[in-house]
Amino acid sequence: MIYREAGRFKTSYASDQAIFPIVQDRVFVRAAVVAAFVVPPLVAGDYWLQAILIPFLIYALAAIGLNLLTGYAGQLSLGTGGFMAVGAYSAFKLTTAFPRLSIIAVFLLSGLAAAAIGLLFGIPSLRIKGFYLAVATLAAQFFLIWLFNKVAWFTNYASSGTITAPDRTVLGVTVTGPNATAAARYVMALAFVTVFALVAKNLVRGRIGRSWMAIRDRDIAAEIIGVRPLRTKLLAFGISSFYCGVAGAELVFLYLGSAETLAFDINQSFLVLFMVIIGGLGSVLGSFLGAAFIILLPIFLTRLPHSLGLIMSVALQKQIELMIFGGLILFFLIVEPHGLARLWQIGKEKLRLWPFPH
Amino acid sequence: MSHPAPAGPVLEVDGVSVRFGALIAVNQVSLSVGRGQIVAIIGPNGAGKTTLLNAVSGFYHPYEGRIAFEGKDRTRLQPPDVAALGIARTFQNVALFKGMSVLDNIMTGRLLKMRGSFLLEALYWGPAKRQELEHRAFVERIIDFLEIQAIRKTPAGRLPYGLQKRVELARALAAEPKLLLLDEPMAGMNVEEKEDMCRFILDVNHEFGTTIALIEHDMGVVMDICDRVVVLDYGRKIADGPPAEVRKDQAVLDAYLGVAHE
Repeated sequence: MIYREAGRFKTSYASDQAIFPIVQDRVFVRAAVVAAFVVPPLVAGDYWLQAILIPFLIYALAAIGLNLLTGYAGQLSLGTGGFMAVGAYSAFKLTTAFPRLSIIAVFLLSGLAAAAIGLLFGIPSLRIKGFYLAVATLAAQFFLIWLFNKVAWFTNYASSGTITAPDRTVLGVTVTGPNATAAARYVMALAFVTVFALVAKNLVRGRIGRSWMAIRDRDIAAEIIGVRPLRTKLLAFGISSFYCGVAGAELVFLYLGSAETLAFDINQSFLVLFMVIIGGLGSVLGSFLGAAFIILLPIFLTRLPHSLGLIMSVALQKQIELMIFGGLILFFLIVEPHGLARLWQIGKEKLRLWPFPH
Repeated sequence: MSHPAPAGPVLEVDGVSVRFGALIAVNQVSLSVGRGQIVAIIGPNGAGKTTLLNAVSGFYHPYEGRIAFEGKDRTRLQPPDVAALGIARTFQNVALFKGMSVLDNIMTGRLLKMRGSFLLEALYWGPAKRQELEHRAFVERIIDFLEIQAIRKTPAGRLPYGLQKRVELARALAAEPKLLLLDEPMAGMNVEEKEDMCRFILDVNHEFGTTIALIEHDMGVVMDICDRVVVLDYGRKIADGPPAEVRKDQAVLDAYLGVAHE
């Protein structure tokens, strides 16, 4: 590695508890975040922003949310799509009911609405665990989508049944709706994911994160040191659904522009779950890696035959793409069940010693 | 401790029975643990020792009898409430949080002492950060005390068994308990590890004045470190007294060695 930890002595517990204890890491990450805000809007074309970077950021936010619930608190959920839908429909209703409300407030309130619904569907988690809980959350997924389809009030009685993002501005710049530039929407999505990734990291390294992990690793031992299971699990459901709700609102307002319930079907729940599993359960970094992997891989696979000079029908190409995608997910689950985040960690440990084997 | 400790025994178990269906695992057992004592609960396998401990820590609720802690009845409390009273425990087959580092495991012992303020914690700022660091400092004292400095960043699941037991003790101590329940703290350890563990238990008792109730099978250990021994057999208490007396008790000898049938 280009730098080493040798000679860096921590002299306080504060420096030992920091997110990035090594000073070079800290500088690098700060520079990378600044660069992420500045460089892509200037350099990247609309295709890159619209088709790759914006969905990556939105799904990263959803993946962090699910990771808090599944990776940290150990509660398996298949309701992600439903909670994202709650966020999206709340945002739509809020913008139409209160046109003057700031879009940032709309996103946050949509998150809170999703959190409330998440709390409700988290109640069974006191009694059931693992796959059984997954089935209970699946009920949330199907019920919520059914509700949004059935009750026309949610779409303001639109005959098409779709919700559309109106134009809204932040500091005079249009960030949502058909007139917003891709760059503006990108910066908006990036700002949200940056703030909430930091919040997630702060939560998991403190009191709340430790009680989540305690419940995940040994619920009986957690109770004996004073962790109250219901309160702790519900908190995880609430916060996780908040993240998913904000991500759902962003999905419509910053990415799709308009959507119907199909955009939040069970496939979304699985997609986000795959991101969390492939990225690494119990890792905020893993949520980003998983989102990048799942978003980028299909695009890469679509372009691969063309760049190799192979000519095949679109249908065949689509089939092969699905097969490779499924195969890779299986490969990851077998070879590295702890995901890309673990691979990254192993890589770092090896580089610390390089060029010596141990 | 700032409050004057109330007089009388720390823990009083009065005629407690625990039954699972038709099986009576603990049958009208009474015992009391005095302040600052080390009391051992011994008995053959299946005698109901762990069940009794589970009833004290709130996992099972007795079918009859009462359990009082510092003079207050707490028969029907749930485990988190029992923890809040100041009772900590370890488990027979180590129950550490395997995915977390040793440091985080011990920090969980401080959870009850921490104050929640969600927004400040989300920002890791001000009082929330200060609180983290204060508790970290306390936990480091326990890490020093139990001599596990070298492994504080190691995931608990990767440690050898003897060290896991020690980390579990550390987690229980981090809660600053008034009563410490140890379920076979030395099971499966080699002689050196046992000696270390005995030293730690005695040190905890002497330095912090913690009252300790432990289950143990190693008679040598029990006779050496305990003030009193309670013997259970088939769910009933058959002996209670200083180690020297209990080892000569005919009922105890019969329970351990068997009785000749005439």
